[in-house]
Amino acid sequence: MLDCVGMSFVLLLSAVGAATVERAQYDYYKYHPMSEITSWMEQMVKDHPDVVTVVKYGKTYESRDISLLKIGLNTGKEKKAIWMDCGIHAREWIAPAFCQYFVREILQTYKTDAKMEEMMKNVDFYVTPVLNIDGYIYTWENKTTRLWRKNRSPGPEDCSCYGTDLNRNFDANWGTVGVSFDCCSNTYPGTKPTSEPEAKAVTDFVGSRKDIFLCFLTIHSYGQLILVPYGHPNYTAPNYNELMMVGKGAAEAIWKVHGMNYTVGASPDVLYANSGSSRDWARMQGIPLTFTFELRDNGTYSFELPEDQIQPTCEEAYSGALHIITYAHDKTFSGAVANAAVTLWSILLAAGVTGATLM
Amino acid sequence: MRLVVVLAVLMGVSGIPDVTISPPTASADTSAHPNSIPETADESEQIKARTEEGAEEDVMATGELNPNHYPARRAAQVVQHYLNTRYGSPFRLIGVQTVHSGNAEDVADSGRKYQLELSVNDITNTTQTCSAELFFPKGKGQQPPEVKALCEELVKIDIKAQEEALYQKYKTNQTLMSAQYLPDSHGHIEPDMKPFWHLGILASSFIMLNESTENTLYNVAQVANITQLTTEEDHLEFDCHTLLHEMVSQEIIHWKMLFTWSPAEGVKVVQMKRLPHRHEREKSPKTN
Repeated sequence: MLDCVGMSFVLLLSAVGAATVERAQYDYYKYHPMSEITSWMEQMVKDHPDVVTVVKYGKTYESRDISLLKIGLNTGKEKKAIWMDCGIHAREWIAPAFCQYFVREILQTYKTDAKMEEMMKNVDFYVTPVLNIDGYIYTWENKTTRLWRKNRSPGPEDCSCYGTDLNRNFDANWGTVGVSFDCCSNTYPGTKPTSEPEAKAVTDFVGSRKDIFLCFLTIHSYGQLILVPYGHPNYTAPNYNELMMVGKGAAEAIWKVHGMNYTVGASPDVLYANSGSSRDWARMQGIPLTFTFELRDNGTYSFELPEDQIQPTCEEAYSGALHIITYAHDKTFSGAVANAAVTLWSILLAAGVTGATLM
Repeated sequence: MRLVVVLAVLMGVSGIPDVTISPPTASADTSAHPNSIPETADESEQIKARTEEGAEEDVMATGELNPNHYPARRAAQVVQHYLNTRYGSPFRLIGVQTVHSGNAEDVADSGRKYQLELSVNDITNTTQTCSAELFFPKGKGQQPPEVKALCEELVKIDIKAQEEALYQKYKTNQTLMSAQYLPDSHGHIEPDMKPFWHLGILASSFIMLNESTENTLYNVAQVANITQLTTEEDHLEFDCHTLLHEMVSQEIIHWKMLFTWSPAEGVKVVQMKRLPHRHEREKSPKTN
């Protein structure tokens, strides 16, 4: 009989243990190594199987899978989409932290917020928490590797250094400004456009679906900036005015959260000229609203943003990103519906008035 | 009546013209947000002008500067470094808050002169406005910029007592202090070590000031090592290895310094030396 009680007790304990593990909270306000981020992605699918899927869309130089989370309410037809990538630059740890927060936030709010539910129905969110996985893992290796920026491909034969700057490797005015062809340099753009597997993964995936994307956001740090295309000083996006207006709206939304100033502008104006960025490539594909976010801070902690700033940074960045996403969504969806409703009502009212008069 | 309704429905369903909600023009964005710069005629001319300029950055902004654009922002950063070398303390770091206005002009063939109006703040969040004048010399070799800055009188925060306490503690300490990686990879700094992180930044400010040009933007990425050395003099002495982040090139530049500090004298850099590329960036030699 004691055995029976013992067994029941053990079963009870394991049940409690299992339940506790399942309900264990993921700490969105700490930095996570890649293995934890990968597990988290799998957990997101388990927790929201009807809304979230993992899509593997490439491999890094060191043969790791590059994955994104596709999030949306499945309507069974091809949907318009929002793209967000984080961690193109390995040392910018706050960026992957933001992507994870963003995913958590939209999954939490769509159940209670009608606007988010509407957006989830109309668009799919494609979020890549870490694009430069090899580089990110390298920054976790030891204290001396923390400030690595590039990927970990070996570059040309005669080069004594590793790495290509992925945000100079895209086929957008490649190799013209803001780069150094010294392969040891932190802005080395690679041997040719899209030479790097991480960049190729993005261009293959987004390129083959470019017509569905309303919006392309790429997340970096630091500097507190919202950058619009193009990085090359001689080129201006045809919808520059719209980009600036939406960008400034996002900066205002950010400021309302914690009073932080984010400067909005084209890279060659507010920061420096550059070429081969993912944002520029996306704009050239015709994706109308493409922005680079440079998150906190302004240089005090630079890349090693303290963990107690993860929450406020994510909150303000979410507000900013949501402003852009909502604009992109409403431009495609709400506008037509609203106008049709107005048209219908005005005609019905007119008919009603006429009918009343006639009668 | 029914016909009208049918027509209305038909119009509603099929007659939806391609309505794009035309966004208000940027100039109508009259929010009080500090970052909103109304689009002026000058700005649209800038866009045209940009296509005429070369891709190189050697055509420098002249005349009135847009305070949000990089020439004013980089110059303001130089003023920040200058102010920290003059007025910084382990208990007060000065940072640029806002650039209000700026002006740049060529000076014959000798260089370029800037005038800036800006606001700076410190750890206590006290804001003060400053006027600054900078001169970036042209010519062979790296010559440091010349900076003059006048800030309105700041209500002196009571840091003298903290400075004295820090000085006494480490003057009389049995063991010499030593700290590495401030902040650490996760942005953490032990509260006791914060003054030494600040000292590393202050000492680095001398270097950042010296190294600054119109084509650079420096911040301290990390204090890799700060170690106290014995000295008989009336100051504390430190050996310091600092990692500077230069934004335009995105490089991390290593510097080693020997510097002293006392409440009376502030920071004085005795020796500084730039360190070459680190070996962990290099591939191990091929062993065939």
